[in-house]
Amino acid sequence: MDFEFDRTHKLFLQMVRAFAENEVKPLAAEVDEKELFPEETIRKMAGLGLMGIPVPKQYGGSGGDHLMYITAVEELSKACATTGVILSSHTSLCIAPIMENGNEEQKMKYVPKLASGEWLGAFALTEPNAGTDASAQQTKAVETNGGWILNGNKIFITNTGKANVYIVFAMTDKSLGNKGISAFIVENTFPGFSCGKLEEKMGIRGSATGELIFRDCMVPKENLLGKVGEGFKIAMNTLDGGRIGIAAQALGIAEGAMDETVKYTKERKQFGRSISKFQNTQFQLADMETRICASRYLVYAASWKKMQGMPYSSDAAMAKLYAAETAMDMTTKAVQFHGGYGYTREYPVERMMRDAKITEIYEGTSEVQKMVIASKLFK
Amino acid sequence: MNIVVCIKQVPDTNEIKINPVTHTLMREGVPAIMNPDDKGGLELALRLKEANGGRITVISMGPMQAELVLREALAMGADRAILLTDRAFAGADTLATSNALAGALRCLEWDVIIAGRQAIDGDTAQVPPEIAEHLGIPQVTYVTGASFDDGIWKVRRETEDCYEDLEVEGKCLLSVLSSAFKPRYMNVSGIVEAYDREIEIWNAGKIDVDPQKLGLNGSPTKVKEAFAKSLKSAGKCYEVGPEEGVELIVKALAEKHII
Repeated sequence: MDFEFDRTHKLFLQMVRAFAENEVKPLAAEVDEKELFPEETIRKMAGLGLMGIPVPKQYGGSGGDHLMYITAVEELSKACATTGVILSSHTSLCIAPIMENGNEEQKMKYVPKLASGEWLGAFALTEPNAGTDASAQQTKAVETNGGWILNGNKIFITNTGKANVYIVFAMTDKSLGNKGISAFIVENTFPGFSCGKLEEKMGIRGSATGELIFRDCMVPKENLLGKVGEGFKIAMNTLDGGRIGIAAQALGIAEGAMDETVKYTKERKQFGRSISKFQNTQFQLADMETRICASRYLVYAASWKKMQGMPYSSDAAMAKLYAAETAMDMTTKAVQFHGGYGYTREYPVERMMRDAKITEIYEGTSEVQKMVIASKLFK
Repeated sequence: MNIVVCIKQVPDTNEIKINPVTHTLMREGVPAIMNPDDKGGLELALRLKEANGGRITVISMGPMQAELVLREALAMGADRAILLTDRAFAGADTLATSNALAGALRCLEWDVIIAGRQAIDGDTAQVPPEIAEHLGIPQVTYVTGASFDDGIWKVRRETEDCYEDLEVEGKCLLSVLSSAFKPRYMNVSGIVEAYDREIEIWNAGKIDVDPQKLGLNGSPTKVKEAFAKSLKSAGKCYEVGPEEGVELIVKALAEKHII
């Protein structure tokens, strides 16, 4: 058992930490304030190979591993949670399902463009009436000559309008329930595909979250991902992986808030001394640091299990549940430690608090994570 | 174009502390980094390679752990890495260091040698000019821009009050300022491959130099004492208008024969 990063991961961490600090952090407040999708940052990330970290080189990726990718989401989110989720959705929710379920032609057609960052990817499962109950899909796919015709709406889709490729789930046979759902690779240029309105959100405001509309959208036959009826399984497996990414995002947010709080409590003087000298500060931050450290081990362990090819569904759920709750708690405390200043936009901690909340909701709410964890207990 | 870049691993002096009793640097636990001016030099080399094609060799003299900065250089885009490491090199001052590097450079093919202006631990800026002298080639120091066309280098150097645009024919050494060349980041696939690539280890026997000129034996500089700088006198505060202020400053500088 080894709790140290190996030398390659250390070199990677050195790079991604410097990139986040110098290129991402200075933009974070503006990205939030103006709801700016950080296009330029994504271009820079593409140039460095960050948009295809765990993708093998023969598919145009960087040939790294899942733990490197997780570290990247963590470090980016420490500076800017918006940038973290763009990378996480692109990698875990679009590239991963194609790599894991696609045939060779699909992989060769889509993965090099995605891994190089030339194209951005997204994942479309949620509907107005199918949230936690993802099986209640109303988007329909009907087979015709040469392909499928999709009709329906998806909502709350990360990278809406920015992505070139969407993994879309639709009912191909309602009578079969879960087993009647299939997955499709949909390009934004397919006829009948359009993007609806973007949401105005509490946090991760630079990330483009919105609606996808399918009106007789023509999807070629060869763009069916996996087999007919495998969609629900593909969605659930994809979300297992995605949860490690969101757990890493939450971990990064908590770490960012901790860094800010340590710095501020050392500088801020009340009653003639730094507030870091008060035992209340020390005890609360000691508790939070312990929880952040526990989150980190849960996140890395889930990533490690995935890399070993071991079952990791419950581990990913525990990592996301714990890291998300830690992020919410840490950022709330960070605002409290900053007092009135923390409530203003002069300091980044109020943004971090708004960003943290979503990690308890998307890619499975905390309640869903508990369902996943409990279902393994009572199997 | 064959480019050789000289790189030094240095303690990150932003993180370094001085031992209050002995007044020496406390290096324990201080991260070791690629010297910033050298990183700027590598960036210039990478830009020259992009413009002219060619091959970049990075070379460093130091203990085995200095391989880390060579791995970083490979991950940034260097093609070949050489580490000069030998007990015979230990205790070298700038002269012995430049002799060792020049000895290695005599064994390599190159069209240009690029080095950082100075290292943040010693701050002497002596090694690059010494290398050029040992090799008998022209040098341009404080370089902020360089391009190569038809055998001629067009080089800009920065002095305290002006820029100089120079032309150099043929092989030369350029020592660069990091401020002019913002270094790129390592790229992910370079990082993934960095530890699978070879770092060539060269010892004193491998290079073309008189062994007497290496290490402690070849170092005329002896450090007698290191101490923290202390303030000679407390400053004086005046609350006056700008004109009177200028008069006071001019008078004070004249009294000390500074102007």
